[in-house]
Amino acid sequence: MRTFANFILKEIYHITRDWRSLLVLICIPVIQLFLFGYAIRTELNEAEIGIIDRSKDYITQEITNKLISSGYFKLNAYVENEKQIEHLFKNGTVKEVIIFEPHFATKLEKEGKASVMLIADASNPNIATLVTSYTSSIIRTYQLELNSKSIKANTIIIPEVKMLFNPELKSVFMFVPGLIALILMLVSALMTSITITREKEMGSMEVLLVSPLKPQMIVIGKVVPYVVISFFNSMTVLALSILIFRIPFEGSFLLFTLESILFIITALSLGILISTIANSQLVAMIMSLGGLLMPSVLLSGFIYPVENMPLILQWLSYLIPAKWFLIILKGIMLKGLGIEHLWKETLILMGMAIFFLAVSTRKLKIRLE
Amino acid sequence: MPVVEVRGLTKKYGKKTAISSLSFDVNEGEIFGFIGPDGAGKTTLFRILTTLLLPNEGKANVLGKDVVKDYKYLRKHLGYMPGRFSLYMDLTVEENLKFFASIFGATIEENYYLIKDIYSQIEPFKNRRAGNLSGGMKQKLALSCALIHKPLLLVLDEPTTGVDAVSRKEFWEMLKRLKEQGITIIVSTPYMDEAVLCDKIALIQNGSILDIDTPNDIVSKFKNKLFSIKTYNKYLAIKSLESYEYKNSVYPFGDSIHYSDKRDNTDNDVLIQFLQLCGINDCEVNVIDAGIEDVFMFLMKEKRHEQ
Repeated sequence: MRTFANFILKEIYHITRDWRSLLVLICIPVIQLFLFGYAIRTELNEAEIGIIDRSKDYITQEITNKLISSGYFKLNAYVENEKQIEHLFKNGTVKEVIIFEPHFATKLEKEGKASVMLIADASNPNIATLVTSYTSSIIRTYQLELNSKSIKANTIIIPEVKMLFNPELKSVFMFVPGLIALILMLVSALMTSITITREKEMGSMEVLLVSPLKPQMIVIGKVVPYVVISFFNSMTVLALSILIFRIPFEGSFLLFTLESILFIITALSLGILISTIANSQLVAMIMSLGGLLMPSVLLSGFIYPVENMPLILQWLSYLIPAKWFLIILKGIMLKGLGIEHLWKETLILMGMAIFFLAVSTRKLKIRLE
Repeated sequence: MPVVEVRGLTKKYGKKTAISSLSFDVNEGEIFGFIGPDGAGKTTLFRILTTLLLPNEGKANVLGKDVVKDYKYLRKHLGYMPGRFSLYMDLTVEENLKFFASIFGATIEENYYLIKDIYSQIEPFKNRRAGNLSGGMKQKLALSCALIHKPLLLVLDEPTTGVDAVSRKEFWEMLKRLKEQGITIIVSTPYMDEAVLCDKIALIQNGSILDIDTPNDIVSKFKNKLFSIKTYNKYLAIKSLESYEYKNSVYPFGDSIHYSDKRDNTDNDVLIQFLQLCGINDCEVNVIDAGIEDVFMFLMKEKRHEQ
């Protein structure tokens, strides 16, 4: 036990003496958080819109006024025909075009039903979702107002939303859970694989092997400090995103912690696995970045929705631990789900952790070859 | 019983044979030297002896235990210093020593007497990081680290490579004192002049042992008369001697040429005359005793003839 404590102490010396790397390790998550936080805009401010008003009656006029006076939208042009829409989008002058059907007010009064079409430029999916949902909600509010003062109740305005250029649009905006997964992966897998291969590269692994230390002990000793760092990092990101970005945290913190530890173990065993294959720090780095980090970013649903990918990539994404961790985190943080809803994903993640841990300990060498 | 007993040890990396059927014994309290150029197979052999590699064929017993089966026992009782001093450069001198003591469950205090001679020289710098030490000091620290758990056998892979001449000399004196404490030492070196400091040496080349004996006996195996020839025109002299009908061997040796003759009664004058005929007038010829390197060259040539 004293031996083990000394081993960890040595590892802490390594980490703290190399304070530049330590600083990078601790600052990168925070920088990433701010980049993601501010790069993905969550509020609308005077988005330009175009309107095709085929009815030109008092109700369409009122809806238009409501939209413009909300401060979220700015009227760019009244468009005459639909052919111009694409032109406007291609110029990038408007983000959304609203089309009122002919005889809007009459229809609403007689049939209790009228349609308005919202067309958005979804080449920027975030903004497209935002503008359409803002517009829909303004129209809905107006409809409620109408209902309350109208003699004839239950008039319905049906906003029909149409996304251009990216019909299957999904939200990409839940970046914090993704970021936590990414950071845990980065620090746990990348750093452990590098720190173990460093011993190999420096030749000190030879001396460590010719000692009563068991290889498992060597690896665990090297890994423990990084577990602490990555856990600290994920807590920082969580705290900052709650305090600064007002990200909701609905679920249980205990469950969040336990699931994080499970994911850390998975990432660590992947890192150890890489270190058993790679013989130099450079190879370890390339393997972790290319083999773990890139797939985790691309296939986990962190940035690009998995549902839009070709089938083969969707199947591949099932193999990515981060995908399951992301589902769990989103469930806990945004939906407040408990283990009764997340047991399936947890089991999958647990299976992966056990599998990779078993493989990496089996591959751990007691000799140089 | 010998401390190290090796029989028919062979190690291959793929198709390439690193060492082929080596056999030798190392007795208790000996300094046993493996002398040979880079790539001779010294490191591979040492890694097998320290349980780091598995041999393809043959057997190796160290401290009476099998290096393959009993690796756990051996790892407790071996002191190993690999070719590159595997110290942690970002740890201080004292931290390095403490760490290596602790992984063996030892403390600096209990075995301090063993390293006192060596460690006391670097103790004034104990708070300096190992990376900032000179080559000689790194070597002393690495040796202290390999000794701190009081090993029964010390395996040193090229401990003097990259170290200055004074430190090399000091290092061998330290090994002598360790030997007096009863520690058996196996050491490898590419420097022939260090061979005479061992009790027994094995000349190793291309993975095979050319000869094993005490340095004196090895040297005495050189039967021919050996001359050292100094001249400014070394190239021409070597070329001329190569074609001399009585030559046994000729090769450059530092700033001179070592030449041995087939005849027993040759003397300096005969050679000077021959070289003058070849147009070399400034040469200085002396009869010398053969050194380890001369024997090495001789054995190497013999081996080549056999093949």
